[in-house]
Amino acid sequence: MTQLPDGRFVDDAPYDPQASLLELERKDLDAPNWVLIWRKFKTHKLGLISGAFLLICYLLLPVVGFIAPYGPNQRMSEHLYSPPQSINFFHEGEFIGPFIYPMTSEADLETFQWVFKPDYDTPLKLEFFCEAKGYNIAGLIPSNTHLFCAPEGATLFLWGSDRLGRDIFSRILYGAQLSLTVGLIGISVSFVLGIFFGSVAGYFGGKIDWVINRVIEVLRSLPELPLWLALSAAVPSNWSPVAVFFIISVILGILDWPGLARSVRAKFLSLREEEYVRAAEMMGASSGRVIRKHLIPNFMSHLIASATLSIPAMILGETALSFLGLGLRAPAVSWGVMLNDAQNLASIEIYPWTAIPMLPIVVIVLAFNFFGDGLRDSLDPYQQ
Amino acid sequence: MAPLLSVKDLSIGFGKDDSVVRDVSFDVAAGETLALVGESGSGKTVTCRAVLRILPKAAQIRTGSIQFNDGAGSKELVHLPERDMRDLRGNQIAMIFQEPMRSLSPLHRIGNQVAEVLWLHGRKSEAEAKKEVLACFERVGFPDPERTYSSYPFELSGGMRQRAMIAMAMVAKPKLLIADEPTTALDVTTQAQVLGLMKELQRDTGMAMILVTHDLGVVANMAEKVVVMHKGRVMEAGAAEPLLSAPAHPYTKALIEAAPKIPAAAAPTDVPAQQDLILELNSVSKTYSMRAGKGWKAPSLIYACRGVDLHLPRGKTLAIVGESGSGKTTAARIALGAEPPDQGGEVLFRATAGADPIEVHEMDRTARTAFQREAQMVFQDPYSSLSPRMRILDTMIEPLEIHDIGDRAERREKAGAMLQMVGLGQDMLMRYPHAFSGGQRQRLSIARALMLDPSLLVCDEPTSALDVSVQEQILRLLEQIRDQKQLSYLFISHDLAVVARIADEVAVMRRGLVVEQASPETLFHNPQHPYTKALIAAQPEPDIHRPINLQLVAQGAGSPEDWPEHFRFSGFEAPPLVPLEPGHKVRCHV
Repeated sequence: MTQLPDGRFVDDAPYDPQASLLELERKDLDAPNWVLIWRKFKTHKLGLISGAFLLICYLLLPVVGFIAPYGPNQRMSEHLYSPPQSINFFHEGEFIGPFIYPMTSEADLETFQWVFKPDYDTPLKLEFFCEAKGYNIAGLIPSNTHLFCAPEGATLFLWGSDRLGRDIFSRILYGAQLSLTVGLIGISVSFVLGIFFGSVAGYFGGKIDWVINRVIEVLRSLPELPLWLALSAAVPSNWSPVAVFFIISVILGILDWPGLARSVRAKFLSLREEEYVRAAEMMGASSGRVIRKHLIPNFMSHLIASATLSIPAMILGETALSFLGLGLRAPAVSWGVMLNDAQNLASIEIYPWTAIPMLPIVVIVLAFNFFGDGLRDSLDPYQQ
Repeated sequence: MAPLLSVKDLSIGFGKDDSVVRDVSFDVAAGETLALVGESGSGKTVTCRAVLRILPKAAQIRTGSIQFNDGAGSKELVHLPERDMRDLRGNQIAMIFQEPMRSLSPLHRIGNQVAEVLWLHGRKSEAEAKKEVLACFERVGFPDPERTYSSYPFELSGGMRQRAMIAMAMVAKPKLLIADEPTTALDVTTQAQVLGLMKELQRDTGMAMILVTHDLGVVANMAEKVVVMHKGRVMEAGAAEPLLSAPAHPYTKALIEAAPKIPAAAAPTDVPAQQDLILELNSVSKTYSMRAGKGWKAPSLIYACRGVDLHLPRGKTLAIVGESGSGKTTAARIALGAEPPDQGGEVLFRATAGADPIEVHEMDRTARTAFQREAQMVFQDPYSSLSPRMRILDTMIEPLEIHDIGDRAERREKAGAMLQMVGLGQDMLMRYPHAFSGGQRQRLSIARALMLDPSLLVCDEPTSALDVSVQEQILRLLEQIRDQKQLSYLFISHDLAVVARIADEVAVMRRGLVVEQASPETLFHNPQHPYTKALIAAQPEPDIHRPINLQLVAQGAGSPEDWPEHFRFSGFEAPPLVPLEPGHKVRCHV
């Protein structure tokens, strides 16, 4: 700073009047959109952890048979309602690796209940990479190797067994295959319908917009649960479990699209006013091109975030339907089907572990919510 | 005596990044106006927000002190507890924000919002507060204070809202008023009136003012002291008079250079009668019908354009100037065929000299495609005119893809050539638009418009979102391209001075009517219509000896019923557009 005689201060650092035109103003933003979103998403710790957790869950789905010690419908008729067993490492102060105490069941003739007693004298070591009941990896490759299984002459019920003597832990893993994918299939259906109707309504406006909006309002006014019930009751009972599963997810998707279509429409209306859309129109771009090249890429990320946030609703929907006995049916295994067993208050009181399938539902739904929330927060990466 | 506010060596930074404001110092004495001048990103807003400690969360004041001396002793604002700070805000130091449309709550009545300041500082009973607010409304120039008190913000125009904001800031009689670009979002004539009001209020109340602006013209009219900032540093600071008349720092010089200038007088040139017109608008009108608020009423009609006749000769620039709502953008949209004119109007376009004119609104598909190749548009907002998901390359070659011209390599080559033409580097093709500054983006959007080699370019306020110095560069670029490629421009602007340098002919529009039409030299040196005179008078210039003539502004900017008799009209009975001299038409009674 120098001071001029008239009291002015002038900076004396060198000044470049022709700051280069070729220089980027925001070097930090010089990257494709997804990189910017990822950079911002990384700072959202809860979302990041949830995302990683969900990724692992989905990656494990094809190989659950390897992790589960039993098959989904394998019965141990000697061990009905067996309580959870713990895996121990120390027997009488001595480390002998992972082992369990075998359970012996005994009928209590006063209460007419099975009483289970661990036999604390004979620790039995767990077997690893053992051969047991066969399963198919990803439904295709037959295999019978399991990560761990019960030692000879004992059972391994990490989270107890149910009323038919099936391992709840294994069933939860197999149930995840259906419960987690039902949301994805449902969301794809609702995505396609929502984008189609939403973009048509938002782009063309006028009469079409009016009709689509009224349809949305009618669909939204229908009480959801009875409608689910009616639709799934219409599924013929002689269909295979896979077909039923597929139809259930489509039903969930069909009922979910109005919400998505509305947000697509709103986004369209605001994006249409953007000057790059007007510029494309003035250049003579067709409506299809404007929608494909300009509108959809610009709100796709918003859609993905809102879709992520509506997957939990699908999972919960499937659970609710199956819980009421109207969704998936045995022998298919899903978390809702398992909870169906826990409908009876008395049985929950005596055998609380039959309600354990609620746990993965809560965890997965929370994870999706955190993940979707993180995504939504990082969608507008331009301002920082 | 200690100054009212004294900022010393202030440095502010965001997160872990380098400071965005470095070692800024200035003093404001009571009753004095200090102007903080700089372009966007210079740190001027952050600096003045730091005084009130309303910085964004991520920002921290790193070093420096802000002393506020209210007569009872000085306070260090950097370390003042939040509770004491709250007592100060609105009460001792008030602020006016840039965007009048967004700074008032849409759900509350104006009167209640303004009176809130008084209630918050707990001095007044309700009746007393209301009385004070009404007095304040009268003072800031609301014709009917009672009505304003109970109206909602959406009932007021932009200028009136800014007046309401000023009332809100003034009602507690603060010692210091911080005005952050208070007039940037307003029309020139409204800006002149608001500035005049602020100056008057300051004279009456003796408060000090910090005026944040990018416009040296505003500074010359308002400030006694100036601090010029650039990239977070003070470039030059001192009294306004010497600083503006003999700038010492090259940056200040560049800023003053870049301010749009009024052209020198020229003898009225005879306009050659022959004309090879590229675009012709003949009695184009546009009426929108707006559904009335009450269902049983007939829809009300809005006349966006009324009988507009414009002729654009090939290779020339025709400018349409007017405030927002004057119908200038509608006229441009009709010219491009984006909207049909009312019955009876026609738009003729000749692609090449001597070609048969085509009617823009009666085209079939192939003719329309051909027309779109010839006529392109440059948009106002550089931040929304490029798709954020597309690389520059994809944005640039899109017009070629739409019209199916050339193969991939040729398109790419052309895009590179166009980038060079607008002064950017070829390597920018693979970048994304958000990395660029506003000026660079505007260059990109000009380059995109040139990709199809059009013969007509419609520029819809291409510089109004840019800083003054960037505006200068863009105008120069547009001129250069016009001469190089023999383009014709239809140039829309609200700023007469910007248009003066680029246009060959200017049409001044007001309420859908062309009120005066002439070459820019004639307009500036022999303006006839009161509205044109008001526009010229309202133009702030970086010349401290040419203050805004508020009387001229008020007269011309008022409604047509208040114009001098010669020009006056009411309702639909507008006088005709009369040629006064060759090439100079004015709407007046002869």
